[in-house]
Amino acid sequence: MERTFHFQLNGRSTVLTVEPDRQLLWVLRTDLALTGTKYGCGESHCGACTVLVNEKPVRSCQTPIRAVDGKEVVTIEGLARGDTLHPLQQAFVDNDALQCGYCTPGMILGAYGLLLATPNPTLDEIVAHMDSHLCRCAGYRRILAAIESASQIMGESGS
Amino acid sequence: MSKKDPTATASVMRPEIGLLDRRRFLQLLGGGVTVLFTVGDPLALAQTGRRQQGEPEDFNAFLRIGEDGRVTCFSGKIEMGQGIYTSLAQMAADELGVPLSSVDMVMGDTDLCPWDGGTFGSRSTREYGLALRQAAAEAKAVLLELAAERLAVSLDTLSVRDGVVVSRGNAARRVSYAELARGQKIQRRLSGTATVKPRNRHTVSGQPTARADSRVKVTGEAQFTGDIRPAGMLCAKILRPPTHGATLNHVDISGAERIEGVRVIEDGDLIAVLHEHPDVAEKALRKVRADFDNPRTRVDNSNIFDHLLASAPEPELVTEQGNLNRGRRLAVNAFESRYYNHYVAHAPIEPHTAVAQIEGNKATIWASTQTPFRARDAVASLLGLPTENVRVITPFVGGGFGGKGRNQQVMEAARLARLARRPVQIAWSREEEFFFDSFRPAAVVELRSGLDGDNRITFWDYDVRFAGRRSSEPIYEIPHYRVLSRGSWREGSEAHPFKVGAWRAPASNTNVFAMESQVDIMAAAAGVNPLEFRLANLTDERMRRVLGAAAESFGRAFAPAPSGRGYGIACTNYQGTYVATMAKVLVNKRVGQVRVERVVCAQDMGEVINPKGAQQQIEGCITMGLGYALSEELRFKGGEILDQNFDTYQLPRFSWLPRIRTVLVDNPDLGPQGCGEPAITPMGAVVANAVFDAVGARVYELPMTPERVKAAVRRS
Repeated sequence: MERTFHFQLNGRSTVLTVEPDRQLLWVLRTDLALTGTKYGCGESHCGACTVLVNEKPVRSCQTPIRAVDGKEVVTIEGLARGDTLHPLQQAFVDNDALQCGYCTPGMILGAYGLLLATPNPTLDEIVAHMDSHLCRCAGYRRILAAIESASQIMGESGS
Repeated sequence: MSKKDPTATASVMRPEIGLLDRRRFLQLLGGGVTVLFTVGDPLALAQTGRRQQGEPEDFNAFLRIGEDGRVTCFSGKIEMGQGIYTSLAQMAADELGVPLSSVDMVMGDTDLCPWDGGTFGSRSTREYGLALRQAAAEAKAVLLELAAERLAVSLDTLSVRDGVVVSRGNAARRVSYAELARGQKIQRRLSGTATVKPRNRHTVSGQPTARADSRVKVTGEAQFTGDIRPAGMLCAKILRPPTHGATLNHVDISGAERIEGVRVIEDGDLIAVLHEHPDVAEKALRKVRADFDNPRTRVDNSNIFDHLLASAPEPELVTEQGNLNRGRRLAVNAFESRYYNHYVAHAPIEPHTAVAQIEGNKATIWASTQTPFRARDAVASLLGLPTENVRVITPFVGGGFGGKGRNQQVMEAARLARLARRPVQIAWSREEEFFFDSFRPAAVVELRSGLDGDNRITFWDYDVRFAGRRSSEPIYEIPHYRVLSRGSWREGSEAHPFKVGAWRAPASNTNVFAMESQVDIMAAAAGVNPLEFRLANLTDERMRRVLGAAAESFGRAFAPAPSGRGYGIACTNYQGTYVATMAKVLVNKRVGQVRVERVVCAQDMGEVINPKGAQQQIEGCITMGLGYALSEELRFKGGEILDQNFDTYQLPRFSWLPRIRTVLVDNPDLGPQGCGEPAITPMGAVVANAVFDAVGARVYELPMTPERVKAAVRRS
């Protein structure tokens, strides 16, 4: 039975009538044509589908649409302001913190969730938080560098 | 990808072109200077390895300088993270004398790009890159001729900077490439006669350069195959057997058909459920009731090696020298070992995906593939279309590692698109990815070797089963040796319970593990430190230099193993790229856990086009290599795959990351060699050797799981 859901998506009010048990990942990718959020494993193991719901990183492959009713959802498409990249995005660019780029949106959203909750994380905290995100190109070293540098920049600018 | 972004130029950015034949495309390209090649051009042959077989003369563009002065390079290679989107553009920019920012890349589009055999084997730079450089040199020659005429000066007074041709001694006489190309329509065949720049005049190649594809990849705009959605597209989920070799007995599709909007297609053995939304198709597939007959095969990952030893084909001789019997008589100390590797998955985070659209007698395919031209030929054959009516477009590929060359998902999409009369997407689930992967083959190496009284290696008797021959030739100075190889990743051997294939640096990971473990065993028996032992048995100056560079950066003296400190070495020559890797590990003997704390890798790959890109590849190789060294082993029972997702199949993670230092060993006299694979090959041996140095226990089987490490400690 379809139901109507209201939520904020990347700062915009969104109304959608869909089956309540459909996973957010597929609603984003197909119904809403936001393809930046990626499928990797379907079971929350890899982190490629990570988005923010009320500022907390969640796996959209295991989040039914009914669970975001009335909440704020942020996807990779909602981070940049016009042509200006979000500090995390810019740090990934500056540090060459990606190779194939498929896990990148989930990495950035996962890191953003950490920095929102813990503005100046230690390296150990970053590693612990990001450990459930997989990068098969194994570019972990540069991703850590990017998150550390974004954390500093965001701390300085207070964003 | 954003239209504003100048880097966003993968061919998917040009949907307005639609289906065209190449001749019409070149007409549409219109003005400017285009360098073409025909099949049979010597350089094209060198690049593609394709032989003329009385095929009709065909042509394709290497590059074009447009009327706006922008350079477009066309490459049948694909970008899957290895960074050639950036480094190939660097090579073209340098040769033409234009800034990197004015070069666009169009890659992996079979209508627009030169024929290519596939992106694998770390060959893009050394083969395609050099051909592109030649094409750029020819385009520049044409532009200089036009400039000499336009400026009324002699050709030898001209030089180019940032896309502007200037006459020496008369700065007023200048003209830009854009001005020269405007109103021109020159299509020049590749002749191979223009002289390319000497390396000391490169200003773009050789410079550490940021990736050109970063921006679109951090905004989510970068398109992968699954992000392509032609109007009317249906997502298909296919009924899969529970085990390899199973046959369908009986099926009931009525449950799936009852779901609104779902279409079920039955075509022989193919049963697929289609819906506009992939998740609804998936849900409907679960309503299909199917009964399979499973084959009774008893092989599993605990008895696989006995099975492989019993099923190995007759050996092929890879190389030999001297006389093994004489070598054995010279030895005062002989060593015999067996080394084992399990099946390893490619596990790209983007599973195999394809979209097929058939309009009349033309087909357009978007595919996550390392072999777009092979995909084109296979689809043409499947659909009964001439190859020129099939266009394969390769968006960004979300990791390949050798696993995306077979195009099974492409064939599935094409077949279903024809049956459904709608565009169809096939996007494998993670479980399908683990089921249909062409795994790195399980393999066994038998190795006998010996030392004389001066600790020189006197003989080397090497027999590798199922891995393949790459990197199996001895790198040390050995008077008497023989290398045999039986079966390989190339041949779909019946011995394996499922498909096997190329996995990043195929064969070499297995061979280097065996060879460099054996060398370490001999060094330890001789009581000589493993670095000194290697140098004493090496005459190859490049290898000695690379080992020296790694040792200097590692900054710790080696001692005869086991020293208790956990230092390891391994080195190799991978297809012309020399690598020496040193590592420090910590071993918890009680639980058998190995922690790699530090890795130094020195690499001589000849000319380095993008030092930053090379470092990323080496870091990725090291970190990815920890997986097959320590945890990655596909478990199966008969034809059933037991590891189906990342909860049980353990990839390296952030918390595994060692401190890594890479050293690019300068070798200005050698052309560019490969970089995407070499540094992964020593990872098994360097960790095994460091484990031995730490605790005196030798592990002969990869991955070195805690159980195997504990068992080795008990044996020691």
